[in-house]
Amino acid sequence: MKLHEYQSKQIFAKHDIPIPPGRVATSPEEARAIAGELGGRVVIKSQVLVGGRGKAGGIRLAKNQREAEKLAREVLGMQIKGLPVRKILVDKAVGIETEIYFGITNDRTARKPVMIASAAGGIDIEEVAATTPEKIIRAHIDPLLGLQNYNILDLAIGIELPREHWRVFNQIAKGLWNAFQGSDATLAEINPLVITDDNQLLAVDGKMVIDDNALFRHPNITEMRDITTENESETEALKHGLTYIKLEGEIGCMVNGAGLAMATMDIIKHFGGEPANFLDIGGGANAEKVAMALRIILKDKNVKSILFNIFGGITRGDEVARGILKALEEIKPEIPMVIRLVGTNAEEGRELLANANMITAETLAQAAQKAVEASTRVIEEV
Amino acid sequence: MSIFVDKDTRLVVQGITGREGLFHTGQMLEYGTSVVAGTRPGKGGEWVLDGKVPVFDSVKIAVEATGANTSIIFVPARFASDAILEAADAGLQLIICLTEHIPVQDMMRVRNYLDQKAVRLIGPNCPGLLTPGEAKVGIIPGDIAIPGAIGVVSRSGTLTYEVLYALKQLGLGASTCVGIGGDPINGTNFIDALALFEGDPQTDKVVMIGEIGGTDEEKAADYISSQMTKPVVGFIAGKTAPPGKRMGHAGAIVEGGAGTAVGKIKALEDAGVVVASHPEEIAELLKN
Repeated sequence: MKLHEYQSKQIFAKHDIPIPPGRVATSPEEARAIAGELGGRVVIKSQVLVGGRGKAGGIRLAKNQREAEKLAREVLGMQIKGLPVRKILVDKAVGIETEIYFGITNDRTARKPVMIASAAGGIDIEEVAATTPEKIIRAHIDPLLGLQNYNILDLAIGIELPREHWRVFNQIAKGLWNAFQGSDATLAEINPLVITDDNQLLAVDGKMVIDDNALFRHPNITEMRDITTENESETEALKHGLTYIKLEGEIGCMVNGAGLAMATMDIIKHFGGEPANFLDIGGGANAEKVAMALRIILKDKNVKSILFNIFGGITRGDEVARGILKALEEIKPEIPMVIRLVGTNAEEGRELLANANMITAETLAQAAQKAVEASTRVIEEV
Repeated sequence: MSIFVDKDTRLVVQGITGREGLFHTGQMLEYGTSVVAGTRPGKGGEWVLDGKVPVFDSVKIAVEATGANTSIIFVPARFASDAILEAADAGLQLIICLTEHIPVQDMMRVRNYLDQKAVRLIGPNCPGLLTPGEAKVGIIPGDIAIPGAIGVVSRSGTLTYEVLYALKQLGLGASTCVGIGGDPINGTNFIDALALFEGDPQTDKVVMIGEIGGTDEEKAADYISSQMTKPVVGFIAGKTAPPGKRMGHAGAIVEGGAGTAVGKIKALEDAGVVVASHPEEIAELLKN
């Protein structure tokens, strides 16, 4: 789960990381009032969960209250990479001398969190890593011991931070680690951490991503979820214990298991089709779940045929068959459906579906070919 | 011979009284696995499955009472990391964790702790192990595989079943099938399993089933080209997965241009691995 900049900075502030004074606004009038409270120049920053806000014109500098209102009106009406701007952060503007990148993420290979700093801050860190890897300084953190002072020192020396800033940098590093660990984050990032023209360290931007699997122990963070930025069908699916991801193709897929679901999408492509979605109905899927999955797939109007690939293990073939029958009764889809059932209770499942007007297949390859064929036939008829 | 589990395996089931734990304990017993104990704090002294398996309050007591040498974990995600540590501290040397959705920071602490001990963890978020004809420790359906000389290692669950089933259709059997799980931090990786298959006299050929995300397949490719003599057939799921989207498994995501199927397939092919274009083709390639 991604957090907005303003949410991330609220968490940072709780952990003694200095941030510029500012507040969130949802209207130009509110932005004007906040600018008045802050006094002087302010930055109007769109709060959307995508990168590249600056380039898209979603971050603007206002000289006074009147300009703050005008720019807030412009930014609040924008769409950035398809996402409407509903909130803006109004921050006091600061004069910037130096921009530093500072973040923590998990290093899968080392199986440890890694703290990363770079003197080349303010821009896309992945690009810095690709073009000038020597400018990226890393310190791995032992997850059992936690962040140590010498880890922070290594980074400060590595980015040639002037000594006068070491004390505050140490405080910010510890705050960032506590924010990361205490929120079960998979990313906590300050980009940029700036040295201002009056020689202060300040986190002017912030980004956090929280581990979905750990949200159960962070109810306050779960409340921060911004569902307006998420795909409606994907959110609906999650509520029912299904993992659904919408894609651009025409063949809907319903599969049990993530690996098999990916392999099923791939084989559709292999035989010349395009998958319309990833959908994992999970283990032990019952009739209710299958019916819900079918409804979600059919909401996508690009879908021209559906492929069911169920390998029974925990999931039982007859249960899936009952779910399909129940869903068909309700929805009565007019597109061709191909089904392949193997494994636990597959025989019983196939018998149940014998009169359901579905195309059956023995192997996965056959099933994919038939689904691709069926989808093109429909297109020709149209 | 086989790797990890065989007729000498004495299994303790952590979380044996839960729905999944109980059902699959029954399945494992039916397969012939020697399940000697189960645990559930507060239910010590009870018996489950018509008096076939005794329940203990803790793994430590279960091990003392029954001489269990392997544990399988069915407990929910929020208690799973504790269950793994409990098994390790009770002296078990092989722990198989099936639990899905364990927070990544929990797994990082667990893995770093286990690295200081002589203990092997398989999983989490995996289907477990199957040595056809000898032992089933996990949830892989027993009837989809026959004994044979092909070692199977996989990051996925049902996709593995698909491959075992396709092998069986062509009369090909497996020595051991290992599900290493779909999480970003796990206990046993491809290289660990490949090394054991390379040294296992009963295994002639190896199947490796990977997916997008991380760099484990690329590292395995390096290992295969420098250390392995046995032929390996590979498959990578997720060629059509869009970047930045987590494809069901916590570990299956293409990030910052790394972890793509194309990159993994190329690394494997450069290492001399024959990579199948779809799951059923794996069996056809092994037949030849």
